[in-house]
Amino acid sequence: MRRLLFDGLTKPPLTEAGPDGAEIAALAATLDAGARAVLGRSLSIRQVDAGSCNGCELEINALGNAFYDLERFGLRFVASPRHADVLLVTGPVTKNMAEALKRTYDATPGPKWVVAAGICAVDGGLFAGSYACLSGVGAVLPVDLVIPGCPPTPTALLTGMIALMAKGAAKG
Amino acid sequence: MSAPDTPAGSGLAHLLDLGRPIGDLRPWAAVEVGAAAWVAITERIAAGEADLLALWGEPGVVRLALFDTATRRPAVVRLSCPEGRYPSVGALHPPAIRPERAIRELVGLEPVGLPDGRPWLDHGRWGVRTPLGTPEASSDAGEPYAFLTAEGEGLHQIPVGPVHAGIIEPGHFRFTANGETVVRLEERLGYVHRGLEGLMTGAPIAHAATLAGRASGDSTVACGLAFARAVEAAAGTEPPPRAVWLRALMAELERLANHLGDVGAICNDAAFALMHAHTGALRERVLRASATAFGHRLMMDRVVPGGVVADLGAEGAAAIRALVGTVRAALPALVRLYDGTPSLQDRTAGTGRATAALVARFACGGPVGRASGRAFDARRDLAYPPYGSLAFTVLVLTAGDVDARVRVRIAEIEASLALVDEILAALPEGALLAPVERPATGEGIAVAEAFRGDVLAWVRLAGDGTVARCHLRDASWFQWPVLEAAIEGNIVADFPLLNKSFNCSYAGHDL
Repeated sequence: MRRLLFDGLTKPPLTEAGPDGAEIAALAATLDAGARAVLGRSLSIRQVDAGSCNGCELEINALGNAFYDLERFGLRFVASPRHADVLLVTGPVTKNMAEALKRTYDATPGPKWVVAAGICAVDGGLFAGSYACLSGVGAVLPVDLVIPGCPPTPTALLTGMIALMAKGAAKG
Repeated sequence: MSAPDTPAGSGLAHLLDLGRPIGDLRPWAAVEVGAAAWVAITERIAAGEADLLALWGEPGVVRLALFDTATRRPAVVRLSCPEGRYPSVGALHPPAIRPERAIRELVGLEPVGLPDGRPWLDHGRWGVRTPLGTPEASSDAGEPYAFLTAEGEGLHQIPVGPVHAGIIEPGHFRFTANGETVVRLEERLGYVHRGLEGLMTGAPIAHAATLAGRASGDSTVACGLAFARAVEAAAGTEPPPRAVWLRALMAELERLANHLGDVGAICNDAAFALMHAHTGALRERVLRASATAFGHRLMMDRVVPGGVVADLGAEGAAAIRALVGTVRAALPALVRLYDGTPSLQDRTAGTGRATAALVARFACGGPVGRASGRAFDARRDLAYPPYGSLAFTVLVLTAGDVDARVRVRIAEIEASLALVDEILAALPEGALLAPVERPATGEGIAVAEAFRGDVLAWVRLAGDGTVARCHLRDASWFQWPVLEAAIEGNIVADFPLLNKSFNCSYAGHDL
């Protein structure tokens, strides 16, 4: 273990530069105003899988690895909706998950934002029209930002999340 | 047709011989039987003469796939049930209970004698009953679910989910505990049921393949492969050699990524973040090499019926070779880290034992099975190309605890690295795609070994380029129930660790 830890000190970090600023500004422009004063420079995110194939979860989990290291941007995933500013929702919203999603939203203190990540969450994707699915997060909750992709790459997810904060900063 | 005579004590092979052979399923042996022979075969499965690979229905017909443990051959048994009733398999063989609950609520066939009357995937929210049979409108208000009871002084219940604390899929766990010790765990799944098989019904083959690739995102290559091979078997299509080898390459990259992720995540659930940090970076490298080689980090939609749609260029091959070098160089230090950290092994060794008897009975695939003495790997035991011409070892341990599941995964990472080398060295040149002939009809069945175990796909083609009916069975179907048993007597705090060491798919199970 000592060797591994020592290597960690002596070798350069794997962490890469954050996403491109112009892209973030463009995304931020699409958002509702008014977050900076509340959020400061940090965002607590509660992720909810509402029927995803788990591909989106893999990429969201990848945000925590050394290459992306999302916590350096002030972004962190929290275990409870009570601690969250943002709900990051994936999946087409199955009818079996709709109530749990609504309850999670209701348990999140305001002001709060909803991000629909992945094409299923945007409009149901491949599952639109199924007897078991609604057609995306918008069918249940007000959506503030969409991050398409199947699944969205970690970079796309990161860009979207930082945009959410940047918009707030411009306003504040 | 009449039921064949079933002399008492006759063996499974004899029973299968008595059935009427069906020619329209390829490539496995398939027989049509009557109700008496169906029950007799069920008894042989319950007696351990065969593993139950899958059990599924469509209006008027129920089928089971089995793996004869003596002859090491698979077979499909079909029973016509025009009246919508058939003798329950689960009444004699508990692993069939959940599949039969799903058959009852999705297709509307009644498994007579099924000991569990509760719905499984249907939470009363769809507004429709028996969507894959004769759909009937119903309420979508939701129905309460009766959990099994555990009674005794000092017992309390802990409900968990469907929304969990981590970034994972939704499912509900109902623990009954005595202090810290778990007395009973009951799972309730179905939250991720998207109606995948319903959407496949009548869909063009290419669209159905895309859906198959979304059954479980972490196994998109394996699910796509099983589906593609089932379609090819039905249509009599032979994928070009280069495609066959590229599929194996993608499948091994997928296995590497997932096993690396799991080894780290298991250690992380024992609060040992260092391993997670290192394997997480390695996993990211696998995904990046996959993206360079095949244009998508998870390699979704690259495997299609008839072949593959992404070729491996020089840049991709170089990226994969570099990746193999990096992982191989990093792995020994991580294995030493695991071996040399007693505080970590204190959590993993002896925790969450899945007994060999239970694992054999449920025919658990993947590391869950191989850590508990079940020597089955579809790549070897139902060998499909190109694995017949590849040399690889399958580690089987008997401890059945979290530690054994970690060690099986580590061995499989090493085996996959060697396989990637072998595949790159032997990769033939040539075409990538052999078109599936449009008027193809008939049924096909295939398995593929995903990182968590064998996935099975059965498909019937309609003859007009569409899928008449498809069934996908993820390995999780026969692992989830064993998880309930493995936690018994462990402490609640060890559940995340144990759950992660199984890493069953919610999406692949719920479909």
